[in-house]
Amino acid sequence: MVRRPSRRAYIGQWVLLAGVVAFGWLLADMVAGNYARKNLHFGFGFLVEPAHFDLPFHLISWTLFDTYGRVLLVCILNTALVAALAIVTASVLGLVVGVMRLSVNWLVRNIALAFIEFVRNTPQLVQLIFWYVGVLQTLPPPRNGIHLPGGVNLNVRGLYVPDAVMRPDGGWLAWVAFALLVATPFVWKLRVGAARVGAKALLLPLLAAALFAAGVDHVEYPEVKGFNLAGGTQVPPELVALWIGLSVYATAFIAEIVRGSIEAIPTGQHEAAQALGLKGMQRLFLVVLPQALRIMVPQLTSQYLNIIKSTTLGAAVGYGELMQIFAGTVMQQAGKEIETMAIVWAIFVAINLAGSSLMNWYNRRVTLVER
Amino acid sequence: MEVASPAIATGASRPGTGSGGLVPDKVTGTVRRALSWLRQNLFSSIPNTVLTLAVVAVLAWAVPPFVEWAVTGATITGSAKAACTGDGACWTFIRMRLPQFFYGHYPSEQMWRVNVAGLLLLAFSIPVLRDNTKRRGLWLLLLLVAFPVLAGVLLLGGLPGLPYVDTTEWGGLMLDVLIAFVVVAGSIPFGVLLALGRRSQLPIVRTLSVGFIELWRASPLLTVITMSAVMLPLFLPDGVHIDRLVRALVVLVLFNAAYMAETVRGGLQGVEVGQEEAAYSVGLKWWQVQAFVVLPQALRHVMPGIVNNVVDLFKDTTLVTIIGLFDILGAVNQAIKDPAWLGLAHEGYVFTMVVFFACCFAMSSYARRMERRLNRHRTGRH
Amino acid sequence: MRYVTRLATCCAVVAGMMGFAAGSWAQDVKSPTMDAIKKRGELICGVDTGIPGFAYQDAAGKWQGLDIAYCRAIATSVLGSADKVKYIGTTSKVRFSVLQSGEIDVLIRDSTLTLTRNTELGLAHGALNFFTGEAFMVKKSLNVAHATELNGATICVLTGTTLELNIADYGRANNIKINTLLFERPEEAFAAAEAGRCDGYTDDGGSVAAARSSMKNPKDWVILPELISREFLGSYTRQGDERWNILVRWVHYAMLEAEVLGITQANVDEIKKSATNPEVRGFLGLEETFGKKLGVDNDWAYRIVKEVGNYGENYDKYFGPLELPRGWNNLYTKGGLQYPLPWR
Repeated sequence: MVRRPSRRAYIGQWVLLAGVVAFGWLLADMVAGNYARKNLHFGFGFLVEPAHFDLPFHLISWTLFDTYGRVLLVCILNTALVAALAIVTASVLGLVVGVMRLSVNWLVRNIALAFIEFVRNTPQLVQLIFWYVGVLQTLPPPRNGIHLPGGVNLNVRGLYVPDAVMRPDGGWLAWVAFALLVATPFVWKLRVGAARVGAKALLLPLLAAALFAAGVDHVEYPEVKGFNLAGGTQVPPELVALWIGLSVYATAFIAEIVRGSIEAIPTGQHEAAQALGLKGMQRLFLVVLPQALRIMVPQLTSQYLNIIKSTTLGAAVGYGELMQIFAGTVMQQAGKEIETMAIVWAIFVAINLAGSSLMNWYNRRVTLVER
Repeated sequence: MEVASPAIATGASRPGTGSGGLVPDKVTGTVRRALSWLRQNLFSSIPNTVLTLAVVAVLAWAVPPFVEWAVTGATITGSAKAACTGDGACWTFIRMRLPQFFYGHYPSEQMWRVNVAGLLLLAFSIPVLRDNTKRRGLWLLLLLVAFPVLAGVLLLGGLPGLPYVDTTEWGGLMLDVLIAFVVVAGSIPFGVLLALGRRSQLPIVRTLSVGFIELWRASPLLTVITMSAVMLPLFLPDGVHIDRLVRALVVLVLFNAAYMAETVRGGLQGVEVGQEEAAYSVGLKWWQVQAFVVLPQALRHVMPGIVNNVVDLFKDTTLVTIIGLFDILGAVNQAIKDPAWLGLAHEGYVFTMVVFFACCFAMSSYARRMERRLNRHRTGRH
Repeated sequence: MRYVTRLATCCAVVAGMMGFAAGSWAQDVKSPTMDAIKKRGELICGVDTGIPGFAYQDAAGKWQGLDIAYCRAIATSVLGSADKVKYIGTTSKVRFSVLQSGEIDVLIRDSTLTLTRNTELGLAHGALNFFTGEAFMVKKSLNVAHATELNGATICVLTGTTLELNIADYGRANNIKINTLLFERPEEAFAAAEAGRCDGYTDDGGSVAAARSSMKNPKDWVILPELISREFLGSYTRQGDERWNILVRWVHYAMLEAEVLGITQANVDEIKKSATNPEVRGFLGLEETFGKKLGVDNDWAYRIVKEVGNYGENYDKYFGPLELPRGWNNLYTKGGLQYPLPWR
């Protein structure tokens, strides 16, 4: 501490606080006055009223009689879906591109550099619209879509993949399989006696696949029927555009984080690993990356939070996320500007604050481990 | 893939110094150097050779069609879509619509005013950004105070000889630049206050600053811009209405100030504590210490950060199309729906990306260079 | 000392904002909006961001369309010149907030007049200038003749409109499922329809005709005969300024009255010189004081016809090229629904 603030300063800050409170009160009063004059009513009662409109894309069931509250749930799930997809994709691609930046191969190194520079220096919204209008909307119509191996059909309406229809009595098998998949990494880490379970845990996914296969009744392939393809699962192009757009943009930033963190590892570590006779990839994954991870995590977290915030750009490509549906359709149909915006805002603030605290917790943990 | 440690990678990128024959032939020397470079950088091992060949194959597959589309098969002459007979891009469309992409609906006989304002912006920015400027703070002050007044008079007009041009006529790239400038200029003082507040020893001031910064940083920009369009009017007294552009600007300034505060805080941390202690010991007051000792030193360290902030913000100005302002993306979106020019979306978006890339790449390269120079300076001193 | 400085800055900022606010206060009991317009010297008119027929910018960047004609007619009534208008393009999402906030004087943006907007949003209906219903446009190659055959189809629609509610109700009533895809702006929806992302586009009849006209090949698209709802479009003003609302409404009646009386942009000068019919003379301000009663000049109606034209002329000018017959929008004397209230 350089110098203690004066007594006057201590009093001054209370005046500042009073000013802020007064300003907030003034705003609230203004809103109340405006609402009263315009005959509007503030409240969240609309959440239990039926919405009466159709949602283009929903992960949970949706009927016209469901409430605005359920719209919110659908939107949160849609946002979560695209955010999760983009985070996973961007992490993998970012690692690949970041490692490419450090390759001894001149060509590989510079291609990675060109990609990163181009992506980082163009607006994300333009990239996103380009993916949607410039790429996905130029695909052929559903009746002559591109057939990919495995019964997958790609056309302007999206990616249609075959769907496994479960036997009526086999539905629980799918859940068990899913649970096994989720459990795999934890079992990997588990210790039996002194030894880790390790690679033996890979039996679990095999078991899961077998269980799942046992429960499948038949596979439904997408076929042209009526206006669209029927059967199978449709991945709408709006989701794909947003997914690609978010992933590619974040990849460029994550690649730079990966490069920076690897470079921050002292050369001695590389050399020591080399002296132990480890090959290039082994050096990277067993020695360098685990150490680099500690430097990476805080920056990665803020990139992930950026991805989550950027999902709101889905409004520009018609993907039904929080901004497009809840702060758009619902705001208009229910006439609740402040309420809907406040809800959307609160959700993002909550996610971000949770993310930051998680990061702080992790930082404390890795610092403790450090010798 | 083979990954080098950074030391090895930089070593490898240096061209090999050939051992040299008895007769130093210039040509063979160059060839040998080139071969040696190729061997070291592209064909140093079998996996590396495979990698090189694979990348060359991918490039051979992807690049020629793109060049074909963008250059050799493209059309730029003529004045209508009919002129575009080739298979490639129709740059004619971009050429014909260029005034709208750059100036929006600004009257064509008045466009020189925008150009002059742009040149002025450059003229005022260069001294601020140059490495060895004396009185950088003064130039910054001029850029933030004198330039906006000049540019405002020039763009808005309303004087004899300068007819009034309403803000609704403004658009295109000019609007993006304008928004980015106003927001950065507005958020610097605000950001400095917040950064000082966050470092303050007064608990309430600190909590308020942290709260403000974190809340804004947690909000998606699109949400913030939409709020300015639909929600902000409800916070104003009856009968008071503020232009949509101004509303967006106000909210963007608040938003960006939170990011600016974090940038400035980084710079403040770079100033040695001894400086502050010394300043207090000669009897300066808090604000004098900050204004005359800490901030001027911090300013140098934060310049790269501020430029990066400008880049981020400049890219994000495209979001204002979503609330119906007519920036370059809005102009492109509208132009590609013109019945006379249908089906030219690729050209429009590629053009937009190239324009942004040119501006942003220049700025971020500059920021990086300055950062390196600062680091060298700093490590050299200690 | 340091916080005093900061406080002083804060106060200065707040005071600046207050000063700015005070400058924009408008205080008059009669019609605050009209007084503000006169003081400002221009009308601020909220219009669509761009849809042929109603409101769009031509190649020279000049606003055109039926809604624009109304803006111009109101401007000439109040200010004496149809060119004293500032147009603010509004998306379907922000249009009502923009009006509520006072950023615009009147919203003429092919908006459906509904009960909820009248009550919940605190807005007043102005003139009903376009009778239509929600229509569908689909690709001809799909061989669809009626809206009931749209089971399973995907239709592009603008978000935050009455349309997405109607389409759900229609599907329910006819026991079919029509999928929708939501967009913020018409051009995005048109592009998606053009690309084949959806099988068709739905909007009010006028806008659907506009959508067809802006397709790459309009002949490839067909507008289905069913109108699945009433979409009676018109202008909105804020509640609490009755006189302003009355003027907006009577500008509309003036444009219709001119058509009833057979007065057009071309013949209005001649008729004004030679008119003997008391109705015509009253309308043109040669007798009676209709203008005065509305709070504008007495020859306001003359100026509307002279500078903007009557309703029929404007309809033909903007919807003729879209091949949209007048139908419901014909005069009541010709089997339509449009009528001026009596000029008494």
